[in-house]
Order: sequence, then structure tokens, then C-alpha cells
Amino acid sequence: MLAVVVTRHILGGMGPAQIAVFYSLAVIAIAVFFYGLARRVAKYRQGRSIDRPWLRGPGSGVKGVTARPSFASAAGAVLTNRTVRRRKPLVGWAHLALFWGFLGLLAATTIVGVDYDIYGHIITGAIEGHEKTFLTGWFYEAFNLVFNAAGVAAIAGLAVLLVRRHQRSEPQLDYTRVDVKDGGYSRAKLVAGDMLFVDLLMAILVTGFLVQGLRILSEGFPSFERWTWMGWFVAKALSVAGISPNVAFYLHGVLWWAHSLMALGFVAYLPYSKAVHMITSAADLVATDPGPTRRLPALADGKPGYTSAADFTWKELLDFDACTKCGRCHEVCPARTSGGPLSPRDLILDLRQWLNTTRHIPTLLETELRSETTGPAAPPDAEPAGDVIRQETLWACTTCMACVEACPVGIEHVPTIVSLRRRLVDQGKMEPTLQAALQNVASQGNSFGKSARMRARWTKALDFTIKDARKEPVELLWFVGDHASFDERMQGLSQSLARLLHDAGVDFGLLYEAERNAGNDVRRVGEEGLFEMLVESNMQAMSNASFTEIFTTDPHSFNTLRNEYSSFGLEVRVRHYSQLLADLLETGRIPVAPLGAKVTYHDPCYLGRYNRITEAPRRVIRALGCELVEMPRNRDNTFCCGAGGGRIWMDDSHLEERPSEMRIKEAGALAVDRFVVACPKDFAMYSDAAKTTGLDTSMQVVDLVQLVEEAHALATRETAGMASGAKSGETETS
Amino acid sequence: MRIVVPVKQVPDLVEELELNSEGSDIDREFVKFVANEWDEQALEEALLIKEAVGAQVSVVAFDEPDVDQTLYTALARGADDAVKLTGAGDGWLSTAERARLLAQWLSGQSYDMVITGVQASDDLDGQLAGTLGGLLGVPHASVVVGVEPGSGSVTVTQELAGGTVVTTEIATPCVVGMQTARQAPRYAPISRIRQAMSAGGLESVEAPGEATGPAEGVELLRLYPPEKAGRAEMISGDAPAVAERIVEILASKGLVKL
Amino acid sequence: MGNDVVVVVEHDGGVISDTTFELLGKGRELADAWGGRLVAALFGEPELAGELGAADVVRFAAGAELGGYCPEAWEALLLNVVESVDARLVLIGTSTVGMDLGSSLAARWHAAPLSYVVALRADGDELLATSQIYAGKLLADLRVTAPRVVVTHIGGLLPSDAGRKAGSPALEEIDPAVLGSLKSAFKERRVPDGGGVDITAAPMLVSVGRGIAGQDNLELAQEVADALGVPLSASRPVIDQGWLPKPHQVGKSGKKVKPKAYLAFGISGAPEHLEGMRNSELIIACNTDPSAPIFDVAHYGTTVDLFDLLPELAERLGD
Repeated sequence: MLAVVVTRHILGGMGPAQIAVFYSLAVIAIAVFFYGLARRVAKYRQGRSIDRPWLRGPGSGVKGVTARPSFASAAGAVLTNRTVRRRKPLVGWAHLALFWGFLGLLAATTIVGVDYDIYGHIITGAIEGHEKTFLTGWFYEAFNLVFNAAGVAAIAGLAVLLVRRHQRSEPQLDYTRVDVKDGGYSRAKLVAGDMLFVDLLMAILVTGFLVQGLRILSEGFPSFERWTWMGWFVAKALSVAGISPNVAFYLHGVLWWAHSLMALGFVAYLPYSKAVHMITSAADLVATDPGPTRRLPALADGKPGYTSAADFTWKELLDFDACTKCGRCHEVCPARTSGGPLSPRDLILDLRQWLNTTRHIPTLLETELRSETTGPAAPPDAEPAGDVIRQETLWACTTCMACVEACPVGIEHVPTIVSLRRRLVDQGKMEPTLQAALQNVASQGNSFGKSARMRARWTKALDFTIKDARKEPVELLWFVGDHASFDERMQGLSQSLARLLHDAGVDFGLLYEAERNAGNDVRRVGEEGLFEMLVESNMQAMSNASFTEIFTTDPHSFNTLRNEYSSFGLEVRVRHYSQLLADLLETGRIPVAPLGAKVTYHDPCYLGRYNRITEAPRRVIRALGCELVEMPRNRDNTFCCGAGGGRIWMDDSHLEERPSEMRIKEAGALAVDRFVVACPKDFAMYSDAAKTTGLDTSMQVVDLVQLVEEAHALATRETAGMASGAKSGETETS
Repeated sequence: MRIVVPVKQVPDLVEELELNSEGSDIDREFVKFVANEWDEQALEEALLIKEAVGAQVSVVAFDEPDVDQTLYTALARGADDAVKLTGAGDGWLSTAERARLLAQWLSGQSYDMVITGVQASDDLDGQLAGTLGGLLGVPHASVVVGVEPGSGSVTVTQELAGGTVVTTEIATPCVVGMQTARQAPRYAPISRIRQAMSAGGLESVEAPGEATGPAEGVELLRLYPPEKAGRAEMISGDAPAVAERIVEILASKGLVKL
Repeated sequence: MGNDVVVVVEHDGGVISDTTFELLGKGRELADAWGGRLVAALFGEPELAGELGAADVVRFAAGAELGGYCPEAWEALLLNVVESVDARLVLIGTSTVGMDLGSSLAARWHAAPLSYVVALRADGDELLATSQIYAGKLLADLRVTAPRVVVTHIGGLLPSDAGRKAGSPALEEIDPAVLGSLKSAFKERRVPDGGGVDITAAPMLVSVGRGIAGQDNLELAQEVADALGVPLSASRPVIDQGWLPKPHQVGKSGKKVKPKAYLAFGISGAPEHLEGMRNSELIIACNTDPSAPIFDVAHYGTTVDLFDLLPELAERLGD
């Protein structure tokens, strides 16, 4: 046989013993892999069941808000690494290269296996009696061309990620805990696990090319191997480095084993380590649902909060395993960045470790060591809320959803945090100020502890009467909310909005003293019983009123009315006042003169991120002739003021710097005249922050309503000025 | 150990109080009733004792507006049983009447301690503990800020003026009027209150007697809101303006130099 | 029906309370009107009898175990006093002692109890009283015809000079057998550590209440206090939360203060608090609720937010 055969010998130059060893190891590796995977799957099957179908079409609800994406869309996110690339292009593209490179190499290995073992040994060898290969000729050349590219892509991508992990200079890759200041823990294993993962993968990829290069070199550079372009290049380089074909032949044997052992080791190691994210993250991303964060799940079997490992849903168990410690949630969390004791990343990691220990899931380099049985090292019968995750940590959350938004693998932190908070509430473990607020809400229907009869007192300052929607039909029902009704700083804003709507001829009304706190924050605090009570009261009040649509002042009320009240029978459209104002301005029903102010706009979490309402307020600002300068973090990437999720009722003195102060400094760098908000809580938080940072001298915190009012007043003055001018002209001529 | 905690409903002072047409009483139709805040302190102290050394905590109330809510809340917080004494009359019960009926009911009960709120705001004499102690002929202590149970006795801590604190060991049975429990009254989650309601653990018992009407010898001439004659001169304007004026006032009295 | 008036002498650490002198003054007036005697009931520290010149009779009991306050012992002694003189009226301050003893004495002596009394006068042979009810939201004018009355009177409303008279009352010791079968034992009297702060001696006070909302916010008030060089004081809720130590408390169960200026922030003005500060020479109150009772005793008031006002004040006073 003198003809050049365009192929290579698989397991070339090995004796039967070596082959037997290799196959034995391969079988063991695969067995270990499937055992580990089976344990994980069994764990998820033990998770509490929830309605979350895998294969599905697009869900109902608002897209990107409560509608579950179709399976195709979710799978698309996995295949394109869309969520990984979002906001982090370098890391994302590097990961995409590694992702597809790795998949390519997996495909290559599979093709070789199919060709050699199934086609060669079984189909042609055993059946036809003569082993053949299809990995030959043009197919062999194309195979190498493509999969060399895959290997290069994987190495290039991994190199970026590996350097980041080794440097650990970015805050999100720093594993220092924010909730345990006095030590007593070691996360060295987690770091070692990260290093093992990237280094092992890199070693496998690099030795793969070395093995290829050495083989090509030892075979004397067969010309068809030019298609194996990277292998060829490595071979040339080795040759230039002075390695002879004989040495290459020897080295090839050694390195082949090294490469193979590492690869088999990787297979075995995968389901026990960080590498499991290749499976769990993909699965989690497909299973994730934007809905439950906006529309929190009801109590599981009426049980108030999680008390044991058995209470976590399979999705939560999958969430925990999906975490790659990328730290994006850690990076964006307003609690963490302000010095609070919460890192969403660590919350997930702690629950994962505790649940894995509790369920005896074998893991490798995935555990934090503790000198005491606290946190992730808590015993199996510990309370997840309080023991595993500290109370202060759970209460630090503002439910701003930045973590959920940032998570590239679809972890839903917020519903888990609320489920744990529910347990704390059930045990009465909360700050006195929060308890007082909840008691006020329970007894008076508002967090201010004011008499329900005082709710509409702000309307007394108006020179017209707002309709009572319980007594006469109105088109729009204005759900004012606690802050805009009771807080003296906000009552003026409510009066301004009322006047604007009245002047625009809008047919609107109130529930007056029958309105109760909408319950958004109460629910996020974890007081589900009180939330239900509030919903019942409000639904009762609304059932006695006649209206076609609701609008709210408060984005938090807006969220619960829009997304959660539907489960209790509310069927009308719910809008935020910014949407209403945008329409009224654009249709000319509120005449305005251009203000010409230079402003920035702060997206409320519950409007911009939760509900994707980012353009209406900007339409308002544009309609007023203002120059809008965006803060670096805007729209769905907005930064929380620190008041959400019930935090407004809690003490924030432990924070190093309040989130609102950090945020207003972000705006301060823009040299704008006004800081525009569209949320009563924001108005309160930023008015304070502007003062404490001293920025109030250069920048005014205004509500959207004030801006509209000012432009409207300007227009009215101009009209009046023109009218009086015309009048005086008349007098002159007459 | 059994601790009986008498609780009562009082008008919610968050609301404006309206007088009836005769001006002889508040308009009870209009008013909202809530648990007496000091009774909540009493219950909390009882629950703390229960947690520390074990006790049966029984809450008892007369049939008053929204009293069920208060009793179920007590059960949700950890009280073992709740008794509603019915048929003592439709109207409001004076402290003296309340004490008399409670003393009668208690005479048929075994108890080691009665802990109740130091006072209630709705009577000319709102201090039940002393009256009850006097009627039962057992020792009592009021304005108490801490109860430490011992064997056959309790040690109570009372606050005198100026913050001076005295402790006294009192043999049980005794009556304690609670000013402040050792910790703030615990939160009663609504879901637990609702659970307690659906479990229906409320025992309705016929009161041992009926109200006999107002005590003789004290005649109400007039009920009225305090005159606002001595009201402060209100400083108007925004915070800087108000601050400016306050500094002026202080300066005019020679208290600060401008 | 007797015509004697009994005043319970409250004392702590060898000092008779101002309220006691106020009540001695009032008791003198009523006893004179009715032609009865003024009897001072002094339990523990008999040497204090020398200060009770306004009384006709001092009935006293000695004993270290009475020196603090032991409810059962005081009750037994007081019952003995009222039954052994020709008493018609017992006056006690609306203090811990008054709230504790008033109602039980009334029950055991079969007297009409009146608490939170703010005014008392004889009208011929009758007694007219004004009493606070609903935490001071309402007042009740009462005509008392009961032959026996126990009144707890809010302190700080009457002139105490009237009760600080020289005189030589008859000293009568109560039979110690009265204390024969007590079921209580006085254990200890503790004076809280002042921490070097004496809010009663300060020329001005910056005082905070529930409205301050959180411990961290105390800093805002502290800055104003520092600028004035005076201590912070507080109403009961702030102390109960542990945001400030007990010696800083103004009110019935705290200190009674009479500074040249009392600046109240976020204090609504419960009767117990007003009792402790209403005699300040100048009261300026800041509370967002315009109907807060603090404005009834304040000379100047504002409803601006304390969180806005405090920094402005600190700035102006800081130089």
C-alpha cells in the first residue's frame, strides 16, 4: 500500500494492554460522570414541584415582564450566549468562543468515537470483518480544518476568562464575604475550584494541539495535514524549536496519555464541580421565568415561608447549581455596594452548599470552610432563614431585581429571598421600625399609621373636588398610594397632578378612604397574609367603584396592581402616571412651553426594570423641551435608591454610603440642573441624598409632575401674556 | 404556672374622637376600637415568661367591639387560650365594673399571676391592676417594667420618677400592671391570626354578672377637647426660614449669639 | 363624712418630689375649705417630716425596707392612715406610686378613684375636678359627691411653693404591726448610671421623640445639641428603643426638666412627656402633625419636617 491514505491512526502505536487501560478508564470516567449527574437530577426531582414546562410556546402576559419566553427563545439565549454577552461584551464573546469551541471539540470527539468504535469496531469490524473508517480523505481534511478552528476559539476564549479568574481584580470576582466581617471562614477551596476548572480545561486544550503537532511532526508533515492548520503550525514550531521526529514520536505517546487522562478526568469531574454549570446553567436559562419575580408566588401549601431544605423548588435547586460565581449580581447589588450585609452571589452559594451537604451531594472544591456550624456550614436541621442565611442579609435586600436582571444563567434571587423573609416574618424576626410599619398597615391600611379617613385630606387644598369613584363612574381610577397621600412632602405633588389632570379635562376619581396600601412592599417584606388582606380590601373597594382603567403614582403599587392583582380578579388596564402624562402631552391636552432645562432621569426599579416602562417618562421630558442626559446606568440597568422591598421601613444607618447617595453622585457628574424622578419614594430618598451629598446646591430633585406643571404654567403665562398684550394693543388702536 | 392576661379594647386614638350629641361620651358608633397598647405589653411579658420557664397564658376579655380580632391576635402571638366573657352588658364597662366581674371570674380559676396593662386611656380611672389586686386581696404592683418568675413568688421591677428602679419580691398569686415588657410586643403575622381564626380557639363564657351602671358619687358635667388657648405660635415657611426664626427667638432670649 | 385630706409623700433618695409639695399646697387649700386637717403620709425616711410644715399631721412609718417603694407595704400603711384619720380625700401624684396605690386603695377603701386629674377645687361642700381622658385628647369636668375620693393628680401643674411652708405638724408613728403579714419584700433600689449627663441641669435641651425614626438619625439632633453645647434628651419611645440611655429621658418616668429653652423634635406630646417639660421657660416644638398635643404647651411650633429643619439649625448654630 503505497498510496497515501488521508487519515491518521487512532490509538496509533499502542499495545492491547494500553488500549484496555484506556477503555477501562473511559468507562469508569463516563460511569462517574453519569453517577454525578444522576445525583444532581435526583436532587432536582426532590425539589418542590412548580408549574414550569420545559417545552413550550411563548407565554401570555407582558413580554419581558410576566410572559415566559418560548422554549425556542430560551434555547436561543443559551446557544447565542446572549445573556452572558449582555453588558459584558468582552467576557461574553470570550465565553461564546469557548462555548462553541468546546461544543465543536465535543462534536469532534464524538465523531471520532462514532467512527472508530461504532463504525470501525462494530459495524465494519465485527459485522463485515474488516474495520473501516469514514474519517478519511476530504472529510478528514474538513474535520481538521473546522475543529482546529474550534480548538483555537476555545483556547482564545478561555485565555480571556482564565486571566480574569487568576487576576481576581474585578470586585465581582472577589470572594471576601460582606456579611461576615470578623472572619471565621475560608473560601480558598472555591478559588482553587475556579482555578482547577480553567487551568484543567486550558491544559486539555493545549495538550490537544501539542499531541496533534507532535504527531504531524513525527509523521514527517504529510501534506494533507496542512488542513490541520493549527496542528501543522504547532508541529512547525516544535520543529523550529529543535524537536526531532523521533523525539516527537516519543513525546507524542507521553502527551497523548496526559491529554487523555486529563480529558477523561474532566469528564468524571464535571458533575461534581464548577464545570457542572455547562449543564445546569443551560438548563436553568431554559427553565427561567421572568414572571415570579414580578408576580411573587403564593405561599406553598399555605405554609408561611421556607423552614427546611424540602421547601425549595426544583427551579431553585437548579438555580443554585447554575451559579458560576460570575459575580454580576454581587457587582450590581445596591445592598452590597452600599456596604450592606448582602451579596446575592453568596446567598446563592450558601444555599447551594448547605443543600448539597444536607442532601449528601458529592462535590469537589465547592465548599466554604467555617470554624463554626453557621451559614453554609449549618447543620441539616438548621433554618434556611436565619441560620443558613442571616436575618440581616435577608432584610438587606431592596428587591430591586438588579441581580435577577444581571444574572446570565437565569437565577431568580428575589422570589427565594422573599420566601425566606416570609419565614422571618412568621417568627416575628424583624426590625422594630418594620414591625411598626406592618402593624400600621394592618390596623390603618397605611404604613404611616394615620387614620384611613385622612387618606384623601390632601385633596382639601384643591379648588375643585375630585370625583369619588365609588359614587359616580369615572374613566380613570387614580390609585394614589400611601406616600403620595400621607407624606407631606409628596402631597403637593399629588395636588399638582390632580390640577394638571383636571385642567386637561381627564375624567378621573379616587377611592378616597377606601383605598389601602396596595401591598407591593408588604408582599416583598414577606408578610403574605397582610398582602392578601390588603388585596381583599382594595378589590372590595374597587368592586364598588366604576372605572375603566387604573393609574398609579407609585411604581411599586403599579407593579402589584398590574402584575399581581390579576391573580385576585383585577382585569383592567393599569398604567403609571408617566404614561398618562406622556399621552396627554403628545395629544396637546396639557399645553406646555419648552423649559429648556438640562435634566437626567432616574428609572424607578419597579417601573424601568420590573415593568420595562422606560420610554414614557422620557417622552414626557422630551415633550417639555428638556435636554435629557442619561446616567451611565439607565433603563433596565437602573440603580436602586435603596427604599424598595420594605427597606424604606428599616434602618439604613449601618450602610457605608446609602445607595441613593451613590446614585445622585452618578447624576452629579453629568452637570445637569434637575434630577427627575417618577416615584414618591425616589422623591423622598433623593431629596435627602441631594442634601447629604451637598448636591442640592447645583441640582434640584424634581418629580416628573413638577416639571410638567412648570412647563404648563409657563405656557399659561405666555398665553395670558399674549392675550393681555393683544388687549392693550386694542386699547391703543381704539 | 398559669398567667391570666386581661385585655380590653380602647378607642383608637389615631382617629379624631367625636362626642355624642349630649356631650356625655364619645360617639362610640363612629370610633374604631383597637387593643389597649399596655395590654399588649402585658401579653408580651407573659409570653416571655412562658418561653423562659413555661407557663399557660390565658387571655381574657369582655365582649367588646372587635375584641375577637384582639383575642385571635393574642393566640397568634402564642397565648394558649382565649376567653371571651359575654353578657356583661352591651355598653362600655368601667374599670371598677370590669375589675369586679374579673375578680368574680378569677375566683373560679386557678392562676399564679394576673398581668394586665398598666392603664387604659378610656376611663377616669384606667388602672385595672390595682383595683383588681385590691378586690382579690392579693398583692399587686403596677408600672412594672420586668417580671422575673421565681418559685412561689415573682420579682417585679418598677420605675419611679427620675428613672430610679425598685425591685420587689411578691408572693404569688399576684396582679401586675405592665408598663413596658422587656421587649417590644412581638409581631403577629396576619396569616397566623387568620389561622387562629379558622381554628376558632375562642372560648365564650358567660360573664359572672352584669354591669350595674356607673359608680355613684362622680358626676360627669362636661366632656370636651382641651382648649387650644395656650397653643404655640406656629412658625410658617420652609425649613431654612423656620430655622432662621428659631435662631432669632433663641437669640432674643439671650440663649445664643447671632 | 370626714373632712381630712391625706397627701402621700413621694420621695426618692432622701428628696421629696416637687409634686408632693404641689399636692400639699392643694391639700391645704381643700382642707381649709372643708375645715379638715391636712395629713401627710410619709413612709420610710421619717427625717423628711421636717419639710412637711404645710401639713397638720404627719403620719409616718420608719423602716429601711420602705425607703424605696414596696407596693404592698405602702398600701397597707396608707390604708391604715386613711382609716385612722377622718379622711375624705387622698391626693397622690400621677406617678408610679400614684398609679399603683391609687386604684387599689380606692378598691379597698371603697372610694371613688379619679386619675390624671389636672384641676381640683372645693365648691361649697362639693369637690369639682377636671380629669384627662383618652391620653389627654379630652378633658372631663366632674362633680364629686362621693364621701371618699382617691385622686391622682398630674404633677407640674400647681405651684409647689404653697406646699413648702414652715410649720410644726404633729408627728404620729404608724403601728409597725400593720406590716405584719406582708407577702412582698422590698429587694433593691437602683439609680441608673447617669453617664455624666444631667439633663436637669442643662440650660437648654434638644429633645427627640418617636419622629426621629431611627438611631442613626439622632446624629442630626446631636449636631444641633453640640452646636448649642447642650445634651440630647428624649421622650419615652426613644429610650425604650434603646437609642438613648435612660438618664436622657424626659417625662413622668424620666426626669422633670425646666431649662431656659426646650427644643422638641418629633415629640407628639403624650401627657407623661408634657409633665416632664411643660414648665420649661421656652418651648419650641417641631412635629409634622399640626394637631400634636406638644403644640398646646409649646410657645412656638412648626410642622416642617425635622429632617429638613435639624440640618438647617445645625448650620446656623454651628458657627
